[in-house]
Amino acid sequence: MKLMKKNNIAAFMFFVIPALVTLLTFFFLPVFAAFLLSFTDFDIYSLGDLSNLRFTGFANYLDLFEDPLFWKSLTNTFYFVFAGAPLSILVSLSAALLVNSKLIKWKSTFRVVYFLPVITTLVAVAIVWRYIYHPRFGLFNYFLSFLGLEGMDWLGNPVLAMPSIIILAIWKNFGYNMIIFIAGLQNIPSELYEAADIEGANWWQKFRDVTLPLLAPTTIFITIITMIGYFQLFAEPYIMTQGGPLNSTLSVVLYMYNEGFKWWNIGYATAIAFSLFIIIMTGTLIQLAIQRKLDR
Amino acid sequence: MKRFLIIVLAFVVAITTIFPFLWMISASFMNSGEASIYPPKFLPDEINFSHYSSLFNRMNVGIYFINSLIISLGVTFFSLLFNSMAGYAFAKIRFKFKDSIFRFLLSSMVIPGQVTMLPVFLLLKNMGLINTYFAIIIPGMASVFGIFLIRQYCYSIPDSFIEAAKIDGANDFQIYYKIILPLCKPILVTLGILTFLGTWNDFMWPLIVMTDSSMYTLPVALANLMGEHVQDTELMMAGSAITILPVFILFIFLQKYYISGIMLGGVKE
Repeated sequence: MKLMKKNNIAAFMFFVIPALVTLLTFFFLPVFAAFLLSFTDFDIYSLGDLSNLRFTGFANYLDLFEDPLFWKSLTNTFYFVFAGAPLSILVSLSAALLVNSKLIKWKSTFRVVYFLPVITTLVAVAIVWRYIYHPRFGLFNYFLSFLGLEGMDWLGNPVLAMPSIIILAIWKNFGYNMIIFIAGLQNIPSELYEAADIEGANWWQKFRDVTLPLLAPTTIFITIITMIGYFQLFAEPYIMTQGGPLNSTLSVVLYMYNEGFKWWNIGYATAIAFSLFIIIMTGTLIQLAIQRKLDR
Repeated sequence: MKRFLIIVLAFVVAITTIFPFLWMISASFMNSGEASIYPPKFLPDEINFSHYSSLFNRMNVGIYFINSLIISLGVTFFSLLFNSMAGYAFAKIRFKFKDSIFRFLLSSMVIPGQVTMLPVFLLLKNMGLINTYFAIIIPGMASVFGIFLIRQYCYSIPDSFIEAAKIDGANDFQIYYKIILPLCKPILVTLGILTFLGTWNDFMWPLIVMTDSSMYTLPVALANLMGEHVQDTELMMAGSAITILPVFILFIFLQKYYISGIMLGGVKE
């Protein structure tokens, strides 16, 4: 008996070690290292000679608290998350209802087409959209002119730049959550709809009283993963606006990248990254608390 | 009438979705300057391949393409190997602490990857691996999500298969290699395509660890090209098309596996 147990540990370790060592070395230990680094003044001088490294306590976090650029990046990121994520989820749900409708033909073709932006390279589509948003030659303004609307400098205007990035993000991502919503919709027993039909419920009543409540776990899950993803906004502003105009699209991750990999303020940049982690974790815990309340 | 409206709506969404791609392809064949006029043109006067040829001949896009390919294949190969081994062990090998270990791994899902970027960069720099393929391949060799997918799939394999093989004298490695791997084929294809596309499309990490232009991946090279050639709309569209095309082809052939992977990930809660 003892021998068999020993054997199992050896076999388990043999299979798990390669993955576990990789994850420990390149994920879990670095998280811990980042935590420590965020309490130091690690900068370009420490990069050359480690003896320049000093422990500075909470100095980085206190500096962040008074750094207007950090607050700006945080406000922008919250704007992107709280406007972009709900809109994107709404579009995903509508698209899922649309392609899941009994009235529609070529369901799987529509599903694949709607999904295409999800699998494509973000950098490439951000470049394409940068030209679509072009103030003089862009297609976006051209189509708006048919509606009698005046052309705008979408990415060059501090008020419009973030909404423009949100539109791109929705276009790029809605297919992903649509697929998860479709899976959720297909799990709803059709008897419930038949029962509602017998009682003479209209489309809206069925949606409100059957679809939405039964879709709640899926919706919570989608809200969490979308929120986590949207908090990590980086490539869109990097490619389309470089954080401008007037820092109106500077995101937390872009700010971290600039501080850490452009100016080599590594201690400060890890403090930015850790703040983002704390915000994302708080957001996730709030969502889970809401879910637990709904379950009751 | 209602059916007609719904189909029209579905078509409108479909056109909005693919229109940027169609315009990208069309503009990539236009003569220089043809995409920068008002009102915009939707089709080129004549098919012009010169942007594609100058990307390959003058701007080394061939090298970036090969870099992207080697890195994506490398990450896919190792992550399939490591994640399938670990996923099998977590599902099928008896060990007292395996559930606690797995729960610890799962807890990492809320930690944004950006937190680890600076320490991992410093680590790779000390190892002398910056500007090598290893800087992307090694950190990508295992993922919690990958282990999770394989583990869930392995649960559906009956224990009796494994016991029968044990009675026939197979050891754990033979069981993994001869029974588990063949049975896991569908989930391995799913994880493989998710990993390949994820690595191919990734931007931030390659941007950080590939600072030497000969090591750029396609997205990094494209972002860089944008800095110098922002006025050359047609050239940038050709570059975007080259980056996206392999992804499109792979997805069209393997879409069933890709979509099922997302659905599996979606029901984990």
